[in-house]
Amino acid sequence: MSREIDMTSSPAIPAGTILAARALTKTYGAVEAMRGADFDLRQGEILAVVGDNGAGKSTLIKSLTGATVPDSGQIYIDGIPVRLTDPTQILGAGIGVVHQDLALSGELDLVSNLFLGREIRKPSFSGRVLRTLDRAAMANVAGEQLARLGLGNVSLTTPVRKLSGGQRQAVAIARGMAFGARVLVLDEPTAALGVRETAVVIDLIRRIRDNGVSVALISHNLPQVLEIADRIHIHRHGRRAAVVAPAETTLREVVGVMTGIDEIAA
Amino acid sequence: MLVVPARPDVAAKADESRLAAWGKSLRGHPLVGPALALLLLIIVFSFASDRFLTATNVSLVLQQTLVLGMLALGQTLIILTAGVDLALGAITVLATILAAKLAVGGVPEELALLLAVTLAITASTLNGWLVAKVRLPPFIVTLGAFTVLTAVSYLLSGSRSQTIPKGFLTLLGQGVSIGGVFVSWGIPTLLAAYALFAHILGNTAWGKHIYAVGDNPDAARVAGVRVERTLIGVYAVAGLLYGVGAWLSLGRIPSADPNAMANIALQSITAVVLGGTSFFGGRGKVLGTLIGALIVGVLRNGLTLAGIDSLFQDIITGILIVATVSLDQYSRRRST
Repeated sequence: MSREIDMTSSPAIPAGTILAARALTKTYGAVEAMRGADFDLRQGEILAVVGDNGAGKSTLIKSLTGATVPDSGQIYIDGIPVRLTDPTQILGAGIGVVHQDLALSGELDLVSNLFLGREIRKPSFSGRVLRTLDRAAMANVAGEQLARLGLGNVSLTTPVRKLSGGQRQAVAIARGMAFGARVLVLDEPTAALGVRETAVVIDLIRRIRDNGVSVALISHNLPQVLEIADRIHIHRHGRRAAVVAPAETTLREVVGVMTGIDEIAA
Repeated sequence: MLVVPARPDVAAKADESRLAAWGKSLRGHPLVGPALALLLLIIVFSFASDRFLTATNVSLVLQQTLVLGMLALGQTLIILTAGVDLALGAITVLATILAAKLAVGGVPEELALLLAVTLAITASTLNGWLVAKVRLPPFIVTLGAFTVLTAVSYLLSGSRSQTIPKGFLTLLGQGVSIGGVFVSWGIPTLLAAYALFAHILGNTAWGKHIYAVGDNPDAARVAGVRVERTLIGVYAVAGLLYGVGAWLSLGRIPSADPNAMANIALQSITAVVLGGTSFFGGRGKVLGTLIGALIVGVLRNGLTLAGIDSLFQDIITGILIVATVSLDQYSRRRST
């Protein structure tokens, strides 16, 4: 089992790393959620992020997407230090996030959800004065986007609350992917889905990676992670404990690092 | 090509009862239910009383529904954001008192109206600010505003009603008679307001944001919607509608009375909910509220003509509200 353990928190960001973090810390009252956490997402890979409950995965992901500001440490996009204080900042940097609660507006249809907060108005008088939205243009872009993801059969006009769980997840991913995302962060995308729908979403994630988008996949489903990920980031006690390659490791070993059992045994 | 499976439960429910199927088709067309209810009431009352469908009575119902209709439009916007406005009657009454007092004191009527509308916008915007920025529950904020503004109305008016002369302030009460039915300028004013807000909610980004904020504020925020600005904007615009409501009120009865509109907050909620807008936010249409306001107006008028005691009218209205919200709850639970 080969590991790249980086206990020293080197500030050097390897070339080809699109999203990175060094030595992040965050304390909530008496709880240390991050204790020098590092993170590296390479160009065009699926990086799974695993860890036991309370290991600090969520805080790490929130920090990387601007939903939480770490107490110290540094985040890098394309090797350039950035300071993220607002979830909307990362949209401009081409980073899409799909939150576990999907973050869709159930009453709005697919087109409205995809374009929420960045609607297109008609170029005519009606758009300029009456501020009428250009439904046709937005539906076009949405249709292309979905077709590219192989989701051409999802209705554009149904309120998304009426879609199936798998379809909603697909819409959420399409939303995260929209507008030229280079990085997609997925938080437990299959946790609420059945077997068939999970398979569809897994296929979708692979397709996205094959289109050149880097994917950070937070998951509790270890067999799934071993199947789909290019590398696995194992989080424990508020920091990165190891990064392993699925081809060179086993489920047992991953669980060992997650829980610290193999350290005790060693 | 990937095929995303449809909801597995849809196919399994082929044997669902006819009642459920009926409810489902009603959910598909949110205005069908309210429109049918209105039609049913009109038919029943036209049999119950010969006077119901006379030109005089239709005029009366329309005039009585104008102010409620305008205020219920503002209430709709606020309920769509998962809020509620208990202060709208108090704001409107205060605006009528200010306008009347200024006009009688010699201020040009146009300026008096402008100041009254500004007052309504300011009061409602303050409510919105407390809801959005201080994160207080809308119920509490508007209950407080209702209490304060009602007292201010009594102080400003000396607890007396102030009659105003015919003029600009009563303009919306003027009109023409079409086939014996009196149509005041207030009617096209109300219809124009509904058309404008149907457009805003259905076809503009701001409208989508209002639904998104009411449905799932966290999702809206993550998507880049400025949730607090949207909320404050909704209350400000509702305040403008209450200002216009005050103008309509002065047109209908040319006096400003601090005792007026005591029940209009509850009536407006009734109109909104009867019109199919979800009390829990994020779902509804303004056209439904117009129908809902007409239902409230027709119900009052029809029950009175049928000789039913006003206390029984209250009982019927109350049962209607609870029944309608129950239906909404039921449909929510079924569809999520």
